[in-house]
Amino acid sequence: MNGVHDMGGMQGYGPVQIEANEPLFHGDWERRALGLTVAMGASGLWNIDLARSARESLPPLDYVQGPYYAIWTQALQKLLIERGLITEQELAQGQPLTPPVAGVRVLKAAEVDAALAKGSPADRPSTQAPRFAVGQRVRALNLNPQGHTRLPRYVRGHVGTVVLHHGSHVLPDQHVNKMLPPFDGTAEHLYTVVFDGTELWGPQAESGHQVSVDAWESYLEAVHT
Amino acid sequence: MTADANHSPSPNAGHGHDHDHDHAHSTLGEMDLRVRALETLLTQKGYLDPAAVDRIIETYEVHVGPHNGAKVVARAWAEPAFRDWLLQDATAAIASMDYTGRQGEHMVAVPNTPDTHNMVVCTLCSCYPWPVLGLPPVWYKSAAYRSRAVIEPRAVLADFGVTLPEGQNIRVWDSTAEVRYLVLPERPAGTEGWSQEQLATLVTRDAMIGTGLALNPQVKEVAA
Repeated sequence: MNGVHDMGGMQGYGPVQIEANEPLFHGDWERRALGLTVAMGASGLWNIDLARSARESLPPLDYVQGPYYAIWTQALQKLLIERGLITEQELAQGQPLTPPVAGVRVLKAAEVDAALAKGSPADRPSTQAPRFAVGQRVRALNLNPQGHTRLPRYVRGHVGTVVLHHGSHVLPDQHVNKMLPPFDGTAEHLYTVVFDGTELWGPQAESGHQVSVDAWESYLEAVHT
Repeated sequence: MTADANHSPSPNAGHGHDHDHDHAHSTLGEMDLRVRALETLLTQKGYLDPAAVDRIIETYEVHVGPHNGAKVVARAWAEPAFRDWLLQDATAAIASMDYTGRQGEHMVAVPNTPDTHNMVVCTLCSCYPWPVLGLPPVWYKSAAYRSRAVIEPRAVLADFGVTLPEGQNIRVWDSTAEVRYLVLPERPAGTEGWSQEQLATLVTRDAMIGTGLALNPQVKEVAA
């Protein structure tokens, strides 16, 4: 989705506001919002791409104005409501009005350390040979899907060079196909592709400047020179 | 406060300090209530163990943070074999120090050299290597950083008070997949014979994102 979240290369947001001795959280609600988001993610009822997709499709003004943990909170509510775990009325009243959905996996305090240390690796075995090799010239395709994608607008149509191959990773664009598990775990080879600043930004590019993105195979095509 | 009324509706107004304060004042109470209500509801419906939330918070407030990454960098400076391993297979090298898991499942370490300075961003959201750096600062998730890091990285570095030497290239890594990048800063001169513990004190969070450099030991002594 060509959403407000796809910010690379936009202008007009002003200088980076750096807070000296910044606290880890600005208010206790941010602390709890982080914990709630991570804990409920362990339910397995959505995946990282569905969570990102929920954040990206919030109303654009909410996305740019809110503190980041407000974006997380709003998206978490959306994920919970979509799956029928809670209702708008329950949220408004702050108390249960409907019976709970049975069988939801609850992350227990004693399981937290192991769950965080394990994470959710995105690599998958593949029997497909990679289509691109390190050193090869590739073009990022001009794709504008309605749904979730991880190909930022600022590289689309531009030519770069493959510098790393990461093996096969779950493809975000398909990982969001189903709202509930089992998810579509289709994987593709993933590459780091580097672009010259002048290729992306033309004559206004800063000197001696390159940018890379991590791009799945279906985001790319070979360039024959 | 009515600071907003004094602002022209320029694109910057929404992201200046005054506005942020206003926004914080108007939403803080609301967000406090909203998050508390959500937690209560999830707990009462049996979906959430609030003690798990406590433990998650404690993990990132106490145990996991840039002090982890600083130990990785200091070790890479001190042990050439570890540096080689880190650059070859950062996931395994970092896991050998017990920094693993969520938002660091696939790690790549990128070394700064006299020729090239590296800087990391996530233009699409807030991807950040949690096991080695903890949770990202607000600026890392801000529109200003995410939008500008890829188009004018030197100007962004200037916001951080960093000017690269003449002729040093800048290489920006946009974390658009589940690969997380750790910048390996250059070891400062004048640190020969330092222990890893001493070296780690020179490694700032920003140096490992690439918006800063490792501290200069002389300056640090003066400061200390």
